[in-house]
Amino acid sequence: MALTIGFILQLVQITVIVVIAPFVLGVTRTMRARLLRRRGPPLLQAYRDLWKLMHKEAVIAYNASWIYRGAPYFVFAATWVAAGLVPTYATGLMFSWTADLIAIVALLGTARFALALAGMDIGTAFGGIGSSREMLIASLAEPAMMLIAFTVALIAGTTQLSAIATIFLTAETGVRVSLGLALLALIVVGVAENARIPVDNPATHLELTMVHEAMILEYSGRHLAMIEAAAAVKLVLYFSLIACLFFPFGLAIGDKTAAAVLFGLVTWIAKMLILAVLLPIAETSVAKMRVFRYPAFLGGAFAAAALAVFLRFVSRGF
Amino acid sequence: MPDVVSVLYCTAVLFVLAGLGLAARRIPQMTLLVYGGCFAVSLVLVGLSLAVLLRHGAVASVLVLPMGLPGVGANFRLDALSAFFLLVISIGGAAASLYGVGYGHAEHAPLRVLPFYAVFLAAMTLVVLAADAFTFLLAWEFMSLVSWALVVAHHEEPANIRAGYIYLVMASFGTLCLLLALGLLAGASGDYAFAAMRAARPSPTLAAIVALLVLVGAGSKAGIVPLHVWLPLAHPAAPSHVSALLSGVMTKVGIYAFIRIVFDIAGDHSPWSGLIVLAIGGITAVMGVLYALMQHDLKRLLAYHTVENIGIIFIGVGLALAFRANDQTLAAALALTAALFHVLNHALFKSLLFFGAGAVQAATGERDMEKLGGLIHVMPQTAIVFLIGCAAISALPPLNGFVSEWLTFQAILVSPQLPQWSLKFAVPAVGALLALAAALAAACFVKAYGVVFLGRPRTPVAATAHEVDRFSLTAMFALAVLCVFAGILPGFVIDLLSSVTAMLTGATLPKQAGLPWLSIVPLAESRSSYNGLIIFAFLLSAGTLAALVIHRFATRATRRSAIWDCGFPLDSPATQYTSSSFAMPIRRVFGASVFQVIEHVDMPQPGEMRAGHFQVRVRDPAWRFAYGPLARAVTRAAQRLNQLQFLTVRSYLTLVFSALIALLLVVAAWR
Repeated sequence: MALTIGFILQLVQITVIVVIAPFVLGVTRTMRARLLRRRGPPLLQAYRDLWKLMHKEAVIAYNASWIYRGAPYFVFAATWVAAGLVPTYATGLMFSWTADLIAIVALLGTARFALALAGMDIGTAFGGIGSSREMLIASLAEPAMMLIAFTVALIAGTTQLSAIATIFLTAETGVRVSLGLALLALIVVGVAENARIPVDNPATHLELTMVHEAMILEYSGRHLAMIEAAAAVKLVLYFSLIACLFFPFGLAIGDKTAAAVLFGLVTWIAKMLILAVLLPIAETSVAKMRVFRYPAFLGGAFAAAALAVFLRFVSRGF
Repeated sequence: MPDVVSVLYCTAVLFVLAGLGLAARRIPQMTLLVYGGCFAVSLVLVGLSLAVLLRHGAVASVLVLPMGLPGVGANFRLDALSAFFLLVISIGGAAASLYGVGYGHAEHAPLRVLPFYAVFLAAMTLVVLAADAFTFLLAWEFMSLVSWALVVAHHEEPANIRAGYIYLVMASFGTLCLLLALGLLAGASGDYAFAAMRAARPSPTLAAIVALLVLVGAGSKAGIVPLHVWLPLAHPAAPSHVSALLSGVMTKVGIYAFIRIVFDIAGDHSPWSGLIVLAIGGITAVMGVLYALMQHDLKRLLAYHTVENIGIIFIGVGLALAFRANDQTLAAALALTAALFHVLNHALFKSLLFFGAGAVQAATGERDMEKLGGLIHVMPQTAIVFLIGCAAISALPPLNGFVSEWLTFQAILVSPQLPQWSLKFAVPAVGALLALAAALAAACFVKAYGVVFLGRPRTPVAATAHEVDRFSLTAMFALAVLCVFAGILPGFVIDLLSSVTAMLTGATLPKQAGLPWLSIVPLAESRSSYNGLIIFAFLLSAGTLAALVIHRFATRATRRSAIWDCGFPLDSPATQYTSSSFAMPIRRVFGASVFQVIEHVDMPQPGEMRAGHFQVRVRDPAWRFAYGPLARAVTRAAQRLNQLQFLTVRSYLTLVFSALIALLLVVAAWR
């Protein structure tokens, strides 16, 4: 019985994160449009877009290989598995020990690897430019991410997300300078990884500014739908990561009673919505930066995370 | 029959095979016989070494043969450490031999490869088996010379001769350092057996000097920065299955020498030596992958990438040294497990990738990535295994490269327990370097795979290539399966390593194979766990589910059409991204500080009819800052000393007499 409930709870997490992802994306788009004094699309437009794409025929170049056709499914699967392992509404779910923070980040790396290869499969200049820049961004963001993982692991003594969230909720960790710096770094890394302004612009189709969009330029139909869905899930994944590491309030950590689970779900969705509102505010207040300013931007994240680690060494109080 | 005797018999068979190889010119079937024989012997060695590793804690006895130095004899011993490295050598050897059965047929000068190939395998086996300094150095030098012969097997190309020369110089220098280190350990009493050296327990100062000497001596064989310069020249020069052995296996023998002498024989070290090894490991990892990214010769890219992996291994080894110096045996066991796991992994995927590069070269005659492209359509099976190799080496879950990096990260996360402040600060920095190296490695292999196998063919040879023979494919598939297996069931490999860590650090990680769902939890108190099997199953089921849902509930309509490319498709395959253009952003970001990148643009004026030119030159700074000045200094000194050859007899006598007096004075002052 306990096993069944555990399985169902895990299933809920895996399902909810996919179901809610287009909605969260829709909220960011609507919010962004309102900030630009436009009316913006309806909140459920993202679902309709996916539905539309799924029912359009896929146009594939003659020389596309199986990598091009398989990559969208693989990217979606890897992102989805990674998202299913981040604590959203509860910790200690049935499979939460399968991967720790490092492995989740690496799984996203696997998805990125597949997508970058797909970008090079047709043999166009745009695909190449997208893949090349995407890998540059990843190589700048990954060291910062690792130091963030290091900071939280130094405080919690583990890299297991469930355990970290439980410790942050129960033990008196309080407000710490190092955690603040890590949060800052994680936001910057999240912005870069999700191809948001100022690193990339998900709405652009101006050739020279595209990174992520250039990589998937040739995609259409159901393949594009998979990639878009994966991008939405990835955004929710990073939101959930920020929420569970820095704002674990509301997570069901003990017995999974119906009330605790429901409370966890409601607070999680509320946190997602708040972050979905905050992201476009940040995005509309800055301009997209040139490619060769990424190192400074992501280097800032690296510096913040490194400072967080070293502060932890200097004093336990930080 | 003790294991060590069986292994020695196997090496004897290898020598016999080498002798048979001499007849290869007259009897063409000899190629098949030699490679087949090497394959069989390697499989036997795999079985023997696995048996030793599985028999935990069995006492390994020393076998003394009446050869070598009088009074010492030739000592051989097969303990857990030797058995593990023998396993790595024999897996690599078996795969390379199987590959050679197919690949070796095209060899135009089999006499230059066949005999040396078998002897090379035997020499590496003898290095890990040797249990006294004399036998060890003899086998080591033998290995170096035989591999040199293989490097210059295709001596028609001047570049290969140069590579062989540089390799020979570096190898001699490395052996000199090892000779000095072992001489210091043998001490005044001069007992050359490893057991006696171990019992002598050298003083901390002596141990530190020995560690530095071995770092240079063994490190030059393994390829740490800045002693790596011979490696990207020599490894690609050899035939591809030998390149795989050089890069995937012989560098590991260098790691073995370091672990054997520093960990096992020299005993206790100060944490400082750990710090130095750690720092060199981190720098090596990042520099290696940055150089690799700049290459457009596929085999040279792979060779440079070996440097990165050696760095990752040395990070683990350095951590283990630091932990052991502070008596944190469990953490030391974790770090050493991570390093040795990566040794095995690198042997698997680097051999696989070199085989793939060899297949590409056999099919197209090209190693230059800028002339390849689109091979996935004409070499579909090679494309699959090469992709697995690329993903594994980029440390992507659920494959094996990720597991060893994950273990290294877990070891890094234990480092706050270290008491030394220098280490406390250095270890997270090295962790960041490791993450940077991993991310750059992914970029490097997206580039390698994307440019060689994907896109449109850049030359006619790439468009009309054919799949390679089935022996080569079998060897590559076997290694790919091992990569997947070690990635999704890492617990078995970790358990296999427990007897090695018990021997070197005195601690073992908790037994992994019995854990629920076959997860790995290296340290019980940190609760960090990883389960490659479940991730693999999840990926498989999630991907299948997504595809099923799409195909069931959405449309499956597909139309093939011409490339869209934002409305302006250009027919020429030259409009694709090339290897240099892919690396360009990274060259811009890291280029100023790490390389001397010289970009030369020659743009014709409007109206001029000539073609424009763009030239990029990337130089390894090790040449400019270390080897260039060194070579110039040696030349200058040689020119000065040259005058000594043209003196009169009187001056020679004076010279000899004054040298004698000076030496006597030194001896007198010493006493």
